[in-house]
Amino acid sequence: MAVTLTEAAANRVQSFLHSRGKGLGVRLGVKTSGCSGLAYVLEFVDELDDGDEVFEDHGVKVIIDRKSLVYLDGTQLDYGKEGLNEGFKFNNPNVKDQCGCGESFKV
Amino acid sequence: MALLQIAEPGQAAAPHQHRLAAGIDLGTTNSLVATVRSGRAETLADGQGNHILPSVVRYTADGVVVGEAARRSAADDPLNTISSVKRLIGRGVADVSSLGSELPYDFVRGESAVPRIRTAAGEVTPIEVSAEILRVLGRRAQDTLGGELSGVVITVPAYFDDAQRQATKDAARLAGLHVYRLLNEPTAAAVAYGLDRGADGVHAIYDLGGGTFDVSVLRLHRGVFEVMATGGDSALGGDDFDMAVAGWILEQAGVSRGADRGTLRHVLDQARSAKEILATQASTTVDVELPTGRWQGSLSRAQLDALIDPLIRKTVHTCRRVLRDAGVSPDEIEDVVMVGGSTRTLRVREMVGEFFGREPLVDIDPDRVVAIGAAIQADVLAGNKPGEEMLLLDVNPLSLGIETMGGLTEKLIPRNTTLPVARAQEFTTFKDGQTAMAVHVVQGERELVADCRSLARFELRGIPPMVAGAARIQVTFSVDADGLLHVEAREQTSGVSASVAVKPSYGLTDDEITGMLQASIEHAQDDMQARRLVEERVEAQRVVEALNAALASDGAELLNTAERATLDQALQRLVDTASSSGDADEVEAAIKRLEKDCEFYVERRMNSGIRKAMAGHRVDEFAQEDGSKAD
Repeated sequence: MAVTLTEAAANRVQSFLHSRGKGLGVRLGVKTSGCSGLAYVLEFVDELDDGDEVFEDHGVKVIIDRKSLVYLDGTQLDYGKEGLNEGFKFNNPNVKDQCGCGESFKV
Repeated sequence: MALLQIAEPGQAAAPHQHRLAAGIDLGTTNSLVATVRSGRAETLADGQGNHILPSVVRYTADGVVVGEAARRSAADDPLNTISSVKRLIGRGVADVSSLGSELPYDFVRGESAVPRIRTAAGEVTPIEVSAEILRVLGRRAQDTLGGELSGVVITVPAYFDDAQRQATKDAARLAGLHVYRLLNEPTAAAVAYGLDRGADGVHAIYDLGGGTFDVSVLRLHRGVFEVMATGGDSALGGDDFDMAVAGWILEQAGVSRGADRGTLRHVLDQARSAKEILATQASTTVDVELPTGRWQGSLSRAQLDALIDPLIRKTVHTCRRVLRDAGVSPDEIEDVVMVGGSTRTLRVREMVGEFFGREPLVDIDPDRVVAIGAAIQADVLAGNKPGEEMLLLDVNPLSLGIETMGGLTEKLIPRNTTLPVARAQEFTTFKDGQTAMAVHVVQGERELVADCRSLARFELRGIPPMVAGAARIQVTFSVDADGLLHVEAREQTSGVSASVAVKPSYGLTDDEITGMLQASIEHAQDDMQARRLVEERVEAQRVVEALNAALASDGAELLNTAERATLDQALQRLVDTASSSGDADEVEAAIKRLEKDCEFYVERRMNSGIRKAMAGHRVDEFAQEDGSKAD
């Protein structure tokens, strides 16, 4: 089981952590809600919780709780631009269906 | 799929519930929009990568052009190209005509209170021109963030009056933006440097923009900025540097003052670029096309300094005055924050640094620092930050309170309390069996309700009947970050409640607030007297009511006719004194006298009460009870 980052995503996370001045890494997760079942969580991590798995890729720690890992195994976090907008993208092979905007999904 | 940003721990929003917020620096010369993404505040660029949007709007028959393209066309189309509109916003026609000689626009002469400018696209008001700029920035933020903005924070100069602030809000509404709050520019700059998270101290914000100069002394106290003093010149800025340089160019070229508008624009553009080059180089060449022919010459930094020194000296004089107003000396200032593009001019940094005796803060781009602070504040107001990081930056200008018996004000939230705030106080009933209470919300510093401003009235009904003074009615005042007041009255035993929401500052200008404060100081002595008189009258009324209630219950039983007549007389005397006398001491003395007159009756009532309680018991029974308690 693993989760990876693209180099672009890793660089952005590093840079955001640096300007924030604290934080162990970035948390990827899922939570129920949204228009199509599950929604992604993307947060800074200041301390680990019980049941957290820690991966490291391109020098960035990725923290995932075990329950979320089931839905995110094999996911690659990417960073991209769409017009003026830029942000992170989950390339999740487990997704079978997602809502129009892609903010929530089904496995 | 949607692009995500990294949230603070535990703050990831549910899908479609991200609250997008932006900070807008609506400047005289240039405007910017900034936002906080993945915890970092940054200004946003347009499709071409430009962050700064010149505050210039050009009206043509085919539509509206905003920004750099409009600025470039200013020289060719001066009448339809509106710049520095911030100088006009919220101003009346009379104010504008005093600026009018400097402004190359075609003002419509009319009876309207708002100045109107005639353009190729029809007549426009300064509010509409500002709205065009805000609309472009709002759209840029929405394109960048990929969603609707839930709200914006727009910065305004500290000295903006109520009309100018209101006009700025109107412009935002016209542009389809929801304004979380207007934020003072110096406060935004201090927030951008994180001074609000640092140690308590006094800071100076020196803001020399394109068209305005503003210096503020802020005191940070427990995370709250208090403006100690502010001063400035709403008609002094980098534009005046350009004007000075342009004047020099025209003089050197031998052109008289009466240059036409197009020429003046062209020379001003050249003057500005010469000034900007001299921020990094020691000298530059100037090349202008004039009606009299082409003129070329060179301008050195020393020459520039000589031209603008008198203007900078004016700002330093203002700094000295503002420090005096604040009652601090230059060496008490912890940090000097430089704001505004004109602080890039090296001579400005030099003279300001000399005056304050320390290196000014220039790390954050002085053009962007205000927008960045506004974005940080907008992010907090949108609720994207954990509660403890809430910034408390505003204070309520006048005390808020309620009316109590006799028309006195009881202040719940004193003036200068930082917002948001909630305060509660318990009140009680005045009469036996009272089941309703009128709550009258007032604003002001005076002791009597009649001298304060009435904000709202509501009634709390359904209080369970109890003896006077037994009911516990909690009145809670809460003022949110927008200054919206919410008042709730709740009877504690039954839980019945009633509430009202009001906007306390609505319709009050700064002058009116100042007037109200002034009145409270002038009348402080009278007010205290008036308050004491009312208090004594209320006390007299309470004594009379209590005595009447007692007489009704056992007066006939305990008093003979003569005694009753004496008491009735004494009672009447107090009623008369309380209603006719204007002297609190007299009323107080009358109350004392009545209390003395009915001492014997009170004693008799107590004895009779004890007799009743003890009837059918022996004295030693009580002694035994006491003894058992002691065990």
